[in-house]
Amino acid sequence: MITTLITGLVLGGTYALIAMGLTLQYGISRIMNLAYGEILIFAAFAAFLLFSTLGINPIVGLLLVLPAAFAFGYVIYGVMMQPLVRRSAKSGTLEVDSILATFGLLFVIQGVMLVTFGSNYTSYNFLNTGINVFGANVAANRLLAFALAVIIGASLFYVLTRTRWGTTIRAIAVNPNAAPLVGIDVNRTARFAFALGTMLAASGGVMISMYQTFNASMGVVFTMKALVIVIMGGLGNLMGALVAGLLLGVVETLVATYVDPGLTLAATYVIFLAVLLWKPAGLFGKASGR
Amino acid sequence: MTLFSRRSALRAIGLAATLLAGVSATAAFAQDRTSIKIGYAISKTGANAGGAGITTLPNYQLWVHDVNEAGGLELPDGTRLPIEVIEYDDRSSSEEVVRAVERLATQDEVDFILVPWGTGFNLAVAPLFDRFGYPQLAVSAVTDKAPEFVQRWKKSFWLLGGGHDYTEALAKILVEQRDAGTINGEVAVISVADGFGIDLINAARQSFADAGITMAYDVTYPVGTTDFTPMLNEAAATGADSFIAFSYPPDTFALTQQAQVAQYNPKVLYMGVGVGFPVYAANNGDKIEGIMSLGGIDVTNEKVMDYRARHEEFIGQAPDWWGSVITYASLEMLQEAIKRRGLDREAVSEELSTGTFETVLGETKLEDNQLRQLWFGGQWQDGNFVAIAPADREGASAPILPKAPWPAQ
Repeated sequence: MITTLITGLVLGGTYALIAMGLTLQYGISRIMNLAYGEILIFAAFAAFLLFSTLGINPIVGLLLVLPAAFAFGYVIYGVMMQPLVRRSAKSGTLEVDSILATFGLLFVIQGVMLVTFGSNYTSYNFLNTGINVFGANVAANRLLAFALAVIIGASLFYVLTRTRWGTTIRAIAVNPNAAPLVGIDVNRTARFAFALGTMLAASGGVMISMYQTFNASMGVVFTMKALVIVIMGGLGNLMGALVAGLLLGVVETLVATYVDPGLTLAATYVIFLAVLLWKPAGLFGKASGR
Repeated sequence: MTLFSRRSALRAIGLAATLLAGVSATAAFAQDRTSIKIGYAISKTGANAGGAGITTLPNYQLWVHDVNEAGGLELPDGTRLPIEVIEYDDRSSSEEVVRAVERLATQDEVDFILVPWGTGFNLAVAPLFDRFGYPQLAVSAVTDKAPEFVQRWKKSFWLLGGGHDYTEALAKILVEQRDAGTINGEVAVISVADGFGIDLINAARQSFADAGITMAYDVTYPVGTTDFTPMLNEAAATGADSFIAFSYPPDTFALTQQAQVAQYNPKVLYMGVGVGFPVYAANNGDKIEGIMSLGGIDVTNEKVMDYRARHEEFIGQAPDWWGSVITYASLEMLQEAIKRRGLDREAVSEELSTGTFETVLGETKLEDNQLRQLWFGGQWQDGNFVAIAPADREGASAPILPKAPWPAQ
């Protein structure tokens, strides 16, 4: 039982890690980023390239990949999203516009990856050793992803709830129309949050590349998973994404062990539906602007 | 992994030059045509791109290169015409593959159509190939229904055997090992809940029951599963000392890594698609020793080994150890049939059905439109994925079991 719980939590950690960036982008920048998974896969390829050609260990690779991802997110927001934001100031159609725009971006990024890296399955071996955690043998790379998810989640949560800058961000999430009245530059903060979300996607990608096989066409899978978790946790709520991610991981592992591995996917959607019926705004929905 | 290097750029220029040279050389005596049009739709993007990009597409490219290098496809009168390729991406969508094949036949009016990748896609386009009268050399399609399909679509050819062929070969190995006292005759089996996994597990249940092998654990998992730890733990707890997974490539890679982490050391470790991929060996090094799967290669066959070397030289990566060589052989058969019978598709189909061909596999002849000279099981031995079943076929190696435990970490 303990083994199952621990493997479940570790699996959930990865889910939470990939969902946190999306929740940040949607909750604060109000951009529903359908190209999220592609950015994640791109970072996975980057980590693979650094590791296989230059021998740079993925953890060190993060130091290169993360700033690049941040810059990429910053530029994308400036070039692609800013006009949409400006246009929607009156019509309030940012959600729909951003979905359509990022849907296009999805294919652009995927196309670039297919041309550069081809369509083959890619993977490498890094830290694939068992570590004993309370009697359960857990792969070191997965454990690392779990630790990173918890650290990132906790520190972001701390920043958001305890600092002035965090208050600014939350003000935008709560009421984007009123925020400028108290002197908040909504546009600049939204852009920053979007870039931060892109960076989180990239960190998820680097972590995943360490233990999972990926190819250029796999991004959608991650976007879907992240979307389920984000909606379950409550839009824009980091803690919600963390809890929902962990919950999903534990439930999947429990179902796989005690019921039937064939039902993991069904279980995911049953919880998803149950949460939506019980709390339509998500687990932490009410507190989305906390 | 395709990265543009100077070498590949040079190769592309070289290929273009050969093509152009071929055109100018043959244009003089081939009255109204300057090339033979060959078309195909293949998954360059989407879920199937990983498999198609290893087993099918590189072999199409290699073959076209080889033929054009030699001056083109030879016709019965001894003239040679270069191949002109029309390629579509089916984006891993079955509607798209059907549309593309229809377009190749009606609008592009190609002379021959090469098959798409995958069992499902080959079935999807089979009625079209039949309707438009193109021979269909289906390689990456494992199906027990081939004899029926041959009745329905006379110009269809099935070259990779059926699920039962593979599971019966496996059951035979397991029975021998059980009788020799190496294993206890109980197996734990997992399978992916999709085309390949379903076909194989259905066949396996039958084959294992017939052979008196007990399935102590038998579960299916959905496509896209990434965490196999619960299944590995359960399988280990059953006491079965053989583990079999009818898995897709990402699953195969994940299973290999997670079994090491879990220190799970079954005496027989057999997994599905992906074990024979070049990246599998590259990532796992000597840890793959003793792992078994479908397919395999007779490494003493010089032609096959020469083909592997040429493939690696031209594509920049080695072919897989199962379907690749068969794909290439199927193209050689087509080439030879065209040489004997010309561009008449009816005659070429008949030739494919009845003729005997010299290919990289050796002397190749189809039986009832199916290739039966296949390797149904292989095992990693000393850096090669060698063929071990059928054991009575010339060139088979003996299986080395039990598989050694994972190296200590």
